[in-house]
Amino acid sequence: MSEVAQQLTAKDFQTDQEVRWCPGCGDYSILKQVHTVLPQLGIAREDIVVVSGIGCSSRFPYYTNTFGMHSIHGRATAIASGLKAARPDLSVWIVTGDGDGLSIGGNHMIHLLRRNFNVNVLLFNNEIYGLTKGQYSPTSQLGKVTKSTPMGSVDHPFNPAALALGADATFVARSMDRDPAHLQEVLIRANQHKGTSFTEIYQNCNIFNDGAFEVFTEKASKKENDLFVKNGQPLVFGESDNKGIKLDGFTPIVVDLNDGHSKDDLWIHNENDIYKAQILVRIFDDPTVEGHMPRPFGVFYENPNRATYEDLMTAQLDAAKAKGEGNLDKLLRGNETWEIK
Amino acid sequence: MNIQTIEDVVIKFAGDSGDGMQLTGGQFTNNTALMGADLATFPDFPAEIRAPIGTLPGVSGFQLHFGSRKIFTPGDHCDVLVAMNVAALKVNLGNLRKGAIVIVNTDGFDQKNMRLANAETNPLEDGTLDGYVVIKIDVTKLTREALSEIQMGVKEKDRCKNMFVLGFLYYMYSRTLDSTERFLNSKFSKKPDVLEANLRALRAGYNYADTTEVFASRYKVEAAKLEPGTYRSIMGNEAAAMGFVAASQKCGLPLFLGSYPITPASDILHYLSYNKNFGVRTFQAEDEIAAICSSIGASFGGHLAITTTSGPGVALKGEAMGLAVMLEIPLVVVNIQRAGPSTGMPTKTEQADLLQALYGRNGESPMVVISAARPSDAFDVAFESCRIALNHMTPVMMLSDGYIANGAEPWKFPQSKDLPEIPVKFAEPITDGSVYKPYDRDEKLSRPWAIPGTKGLEHRIGGLEKANITGNISYDAENHEFMVKLRDEKVERIADYIPLQKIESGPEKGKVLVLGWGSTYGAIQSAVNQLLADGYSVAHAHVRYLKPFPKNLGEILFNYDKVIVPEINNGQLVKVIRDKYMIPAIPFNKIKGTPITSAELIDVIMKNY
Repeated sequence: MSEVAQQLTAKDFQTDQEVRWCPGCGDYSILKQVHTVLPQLGIAREDIVVVSGIGCSSRFPYYTNTFGMHSIHGRATAIASGLKAARPDLSVWIVTGDGDGLSIGGNHMIHLLRRNFNVNVLLFNNEIYGLTKGQYSPTSQLGKVTKSTPMGSVDHPFNPAALALGADATFVARSMDRDPAHLQEVLIRANQHKGTSFTEIYQNCNIFNDGAFEVFTEKASKKENDLFVKNGQPLVFGESDNKGIKLDGFTPIVVDLNDGHSKDDLWIHNENDIYKAQILVRIFDDPTVEGHMPRPFGVFYENPNRATYEDLMTAQLDAAKAKGEGNLDKLLRGNETWEIK
Repeated sequence: MNIQTIEDVVIKFAGDSGDGMQLTGGQFTNNTALMGADLATFPDFPAEIRAPIGTLPGVSGFQLHFGSRKIFTPGDHCDVLVAMNVAALKVNLGNLRKGAIVIVNTDGFDQKNMRLANAETNPLEDGTLDGYVVIKIDVTKLTREALSEIQMGVKEKDRCKNMFVLGFLYYMYSRTLDSTERFLNSKFSKKPDVLEANLRALRAGYNYADTTEVFASRYKVEAAKLEPGTYRSIMGNEAAAMGFVAASQKCGLPLFLGSYPITPASDILHYLSYNKNFGVRTFQAEDEIAAICSSIGASFGGHLAITTTSGPGVALKGEAMGLAVMLEIPLVVVNIQRAGPSTGMPTKTEQADLLQALYGRNGESPMVVISAARPSDAFDVAFESCRIALNHMTPVMMLSDGYIANGAEPWKFPQSKDLPEIPVKFAEPITDGSVYKPYDRDEKLSRPWAIPGTKGLEHRIGGLEKANITGNISYDAENHEFMVKLRDEKVERIADYIPLQKIESGPEKGKVLVLGWGSTYGAIQSAVNQLLADGYSVAHAHVRYLKPFPKNLGEILFNYDKVIVPEINNGQLVKVIRDKYMIPAIPFNKIKGTPITSAELIDVIMKNY
């Protein structure tokens, strides 16, 4: 940790640009949590690059005093890939949204994840297109009435965490704008992970999709509807931690801890278990349906062992150079030449 | 047997795409280059890797023109055709000079091959080849016999047919087998059986030509009187790849290539991925958009970044090129053009992406455009693209095409010490607390390159309109117009930093100027030089810098009564010339997926003389 990096505070990461998100937007909280976390990472400001695409969330770089690029729609992941491949020394953060990252940029997202560049993806999910003023997004619920779906959306939505895991992401987590402590904790974990971290952040768009995640974020309903997972701990939720999740074969079921079940019977969360992670991310019930499972939050999966793309690339360059650095004159000559006198 | 010395000859090797004709042609080319003749080649292959055997679409050809004089093109008509089957003969018959030598593999002229090639009668018997010198050889049978002692399947043995043919031609043109023997030894060093089979077939072909008296005379082409020096053979895409490596060495920045495979550009990706010992990073992206975007990321990080593709890929990269224009970062976009529109004819050549290069982005989005004219020229143009991109902080489009990419010619390659340095200066750290201004400019109007990791230079850039100097987002009306004009002026000002347009051949004032660009170079040179020798007042100028044009181009155009612009498209440069200089330039267009020939050019020049 450099001396300068140690002295940094959240204020050092603010810029002179006026923040122009709508008043009450969930982005404000996320920005604040990121600014709180960045000084704790021990990285010099000039070594951090925030790359974004297009959308409300993608305004993020302008408000963060590091190097930054507000690029084009869906391509932040691709730009960050090239940057990280060229400059493995930099701390690269990708800020994207459900439209930017999963619709127009969906292809780049899955390829970024499988390649496992050591970068952090923060996907702000508000289940709506905000900047274009309210069309449904690839995470909007089926039947969602929006400007472009007056009779309700007929698009089946993505489950971003499951998609990320399906693309062989090595770190998959979910948090929310309204739980600062949890979000900070997850961001720190995401940064610690070597490889691509994928963090889905539920973010309220109070203009075009207000209350989309209310049931998960409001005090009154949170306890019953959220499942905060912790490594090595049993999956417990409920008003007085009175419920738990148990695996019945491959099927997760809710059990009542006051009704003959003990914590010993419960599913113990293991972040490194890919099989169980795939079941965990699939817990994605509609909270309005009676008897639904709680929505999981936290770090679902981490594989600390897979090599990053940039390390493999650098190793190949080193191996090639070990056999002899490139010689331009040798290259220009080629294998066969002849003289004209 | 007597040996007849000839000045130049055009040979075409044609067969099924599985017959190894490209390899045969490549070997003969290499051998020809090593004996010092000047040459030009034109590979012509089907889009399908293995089109149905024996059919017309499955024919793969390799045309080679070599001589003891300066050779500009792969030749308009063939003097010698090697046809491995009926289809290969049918496809190439129209392009044969009267009296040409036709060497046929009789095994490829049976009933089955006739049916596959839709031939009702056998062209060897129906008079089709009257007026040609036909040499019939049962290559299949002779190759199998030559390999009778080798334990391998008939299919594997038949794969050596091309070596038999190659050996035959080596004898015919008074060559030695050395270069191909060296090649085979290296290629099959781990497969001794295959090596032995190929060597035997090669020698059998040579000896067969020697012992049977199938032709009256052997031929010899003397070495050409090229400029003294050391030469090698070079293909366009290989030259471009080397140009980028050289530029990387000369600017002291690592080379980054983001690319997605596409015909006919992929070979640049292949070549560069073998140059990791130069620190070259090649990234095969998931699509064309990611390819250019990864390069934009690498450029932002301070690498010399390029992306290679063909027209359809350029279409996909459009928005990202606009971003690079807005970010004002160095980037080279290489378009190895092919016949369009849409998927078009991927393996056929065309130069129809000039207007796309100049105008094919949303908004006012000026980019530098420069073009290679010959295979070896692709080296210089690749190097020059990097120089301009780095010195002027701008994206540059480099144009080449399938004809240049896959064509070969002798190249008096440069020495590393003779190549100019490309000085690059990153913005210096700021330690006094002052605010960095990312869109401040120098006298070239280029902005500083401030790379991440530099203290005090933290800044944010993006695709939104910039306020001049600060680079902050701006929706100000006056600022937008100012910035549009500024970006345009920045590109136009590059004209002060490029060479003036020169006349390749002919008088500085005269009746007709042939104004070309790109791969028509050889054909125009050939035509104009021939007409000059006959006393006509004709000149040739070839435009490398298409945006901005050299400052004296307009002046040159007004020195001739007529300006003819030949292009392998429906008239693109001619539009730009008419628009910019308001002269009645005359288009000559050929859009057949094949190069313009010098004969066609002579014809059109004479019609307008």
